[in-house]
Amino acid sequence: MEPDKPDKPAIQPPEEKPVAGVSLIERVRGDVKEDIDLLKDKVSKENIKEEIENLKDPTRTQLYKSMFRVKHEPTPRSRSLGVLTNVFLHLHPAKINRDAVRFSYTWGMGGITFYLFIVLTFTGILLMFYYHPSKGQAYQDILYLENDVPFGKLLRNMHRWGAHLMVITTWLHMFRVVMTGSYKTPREFNWAVGVVLLVLTLLLSFTGYLLPDDQLGFWAVTVGTNMARATPMLGAEGPFGPQAGMTQYNDVRFGLLGGSIVDANALLRSYIWHCIAIPVIVSVLLAVHFWRVRKDGGISGPAPVMLESEMRSPGARAVKQSVK
Amino acid sequence: MDWHQLWEIASAPDNVPIVAMLFLVPFFAWMGFRQARANDKLIDQLEADPQLAKTHHRKTWPWKPHWARELHVWPYLLRIEFLAVLIVTIILYVWSITLNAPLEEPANPNLTMNPSKAPWYFLGLQEMLVYFDPWIAGVVMPTLILVGLMVFPYVDSNPLGVGYYTWKQRKVAIGAFLIGFIMWISLIIIGTFIRGPGWVWFWPGQTWDHNVVLYEINRDLPDIFGITTQPWKGIFGGVVVLLFYVLSGLLIHWIILRSEFEKKIFQRTSLLQYMVFQFFAITVLISMPAKLLARQLFRIKYVWVTTWFNI
Repeated sequence: MEPDKPDKPAIQPPEEKPVAGVSLIERVRGDVKEDIDLLKDKVSKENIKEEIENLKDPTRTQLYKSMFRVKHEPTPRSRSLGVLTNVFLHLHPAKINRDAVRFSYTWGMGGITFYLFIVLTFTGILLMFYYHPSKGQAYQDILYLENDVPFGKLLRNMHRWGAHLMVITTWLHMFRVVMTGSYKTPREFNWAVGVVLLVLTLLLSFTGYLLPDDQLGFWAVTVGTNMARATPMLGAEGPFGPQAGMTQYNDVRFGLLGGSIVDANALLRSYIWHCIAIPVIVSVLLAVHFWRVRKDGGISGPAPVMLESEMRSPGARAVKQSVK
Repeated sequence: MDWHQLWEIASAPDNVPIVAMLFLVPFFAWMGFRQARANDKLIDQLEADPQLAKTHHRKTWPWKPHWARELHVWPYLLRIEFLAVLIVTIILYVWSITLNAPLEEPANPNLTMNPSKAPWYFLGLQEMLVYFDPWIAGVVMPTLILVGLMVFPYVDSNPLGVGYYTWKQRKVAIGAFLIGFIMWISLIIIGTFIRGPGWVWFWPGQTWDHNVVLYEINRDLPDIFGITTQPWKGIFGGVVVLLFYVLSGLLIHWIILRSEFEKKIFQRTSLLQYMVFQFFAITVLISMPAKLLARQLFRIKYVWVTTWFNI
């Protein structure tokens, strides 16, 4: 595998023989003999032994090098490159504050939330293989999934509880960010992105509620979308709604359900929002969220404490100037 | 006491998360405030001793000069992340093996579920429907809560407390957030544990009675004062709401400006920041419990009755 190792005798290039006077048969015989010699050399014991010897250290193979790009060694340079040259790990900086790895500071909730998003995407895609978003069929699919599909029940349970867990971890993540003042300059905008992600998490969970098409989902969505009826200006029963020309056939609830009742269209819309539209939006915003965490200087701490006596005077203006 | 009823609610698979929150929120609050107390102690110490403040590394965790300030992500952070992933996966597996996701009868528009409850994380909004009309509880309030959260960093003009737990330096911000957070979770707990069939208030341990009839007479505030005709009801309500905002604003102002430190912070706050803070503090944090108490204690339904909307 090391092509530039000059270890075996190089094969002599065939001598240029004068073409005239040599019969065609002899020329062919000469070529064949050469090819056979080449092959013999390849399958020789020494060569095979060497190739096997090379395979024993996979990190020296071309295959490995093509995949990982850098050699892994316990040196600072190698450890940094291991993170920086890996598409999945390059979300991280190469080095972090030594106290930042403490569980008591971050509670790990942001990372766990992201992991749950991945789990939900994974189990969700598997669930999609067994589910038709159509009235009548949907409920049957859930029964089929629960009773006949191998591990179908486990799959559905994991998706359900994973979703609930994600709501909890999102809230706890927000709680931690407030407690440590991590939303302050220069991270204000990222906090706002986080609030949008929180809403989208709740909406993801809520749109999934209708999909089994059972009584629980049906009535939860009925109650939920009935509130949309009361939207000011945009709902048929909201303040100033009728004055704005809203009826139950053109208001915001109609748009959400794709009809005036929770029926087949609502199921389809719910399905598309749940499986495609919201996950795509969430993925984009997650990228922004993580990017901003890095650009705003990594996670906020644990930072050295600041003292009241060190507070510099006029605030709002000073803050404005500190943002470049 | 009907323990069976209580158990039935607490053990419903879909209610497990909110039962878990009952333990998780206090646990993490304790963990945060424990660190805040330690930091506050350190801050007091450094504030009193300027010489120490110059040399101290300013963290409550141990530090020696020859220690590296930074660690390699590989392996010191990645191994923790890997461990976290394993633990979460195990928790999720155990949870999914032991508890089944609920599946009711097929959807039937002709058979109303009673009580018909939203998923637990939206029960706060559903509970709010008791105290406000749907356009407020379902549309305006959620919007205000979200916008309020988004402007939170922009109205918090306190430069201290970035990246460490503290209570003394950030009483107002943490206090305001905690009031909202606890209120939200309380509403969810009310919606989960206390609201039974017909969205009737059943104390924990009371049996859910599907045939319960309530003799509750809800009144509007103007009626109590003998004002029963429009437009006087509208004008009266408007004045009351205006007074409510002014008095609440003064109360908030009085509460948060108790200390010299907060006065210093107030000087750094622009008028716009302060007005926005006051608006959200009154509208989201004060009006909700005010309306809840008015309803539960005095049976007052609306305060402001007009021909177009009621509040």
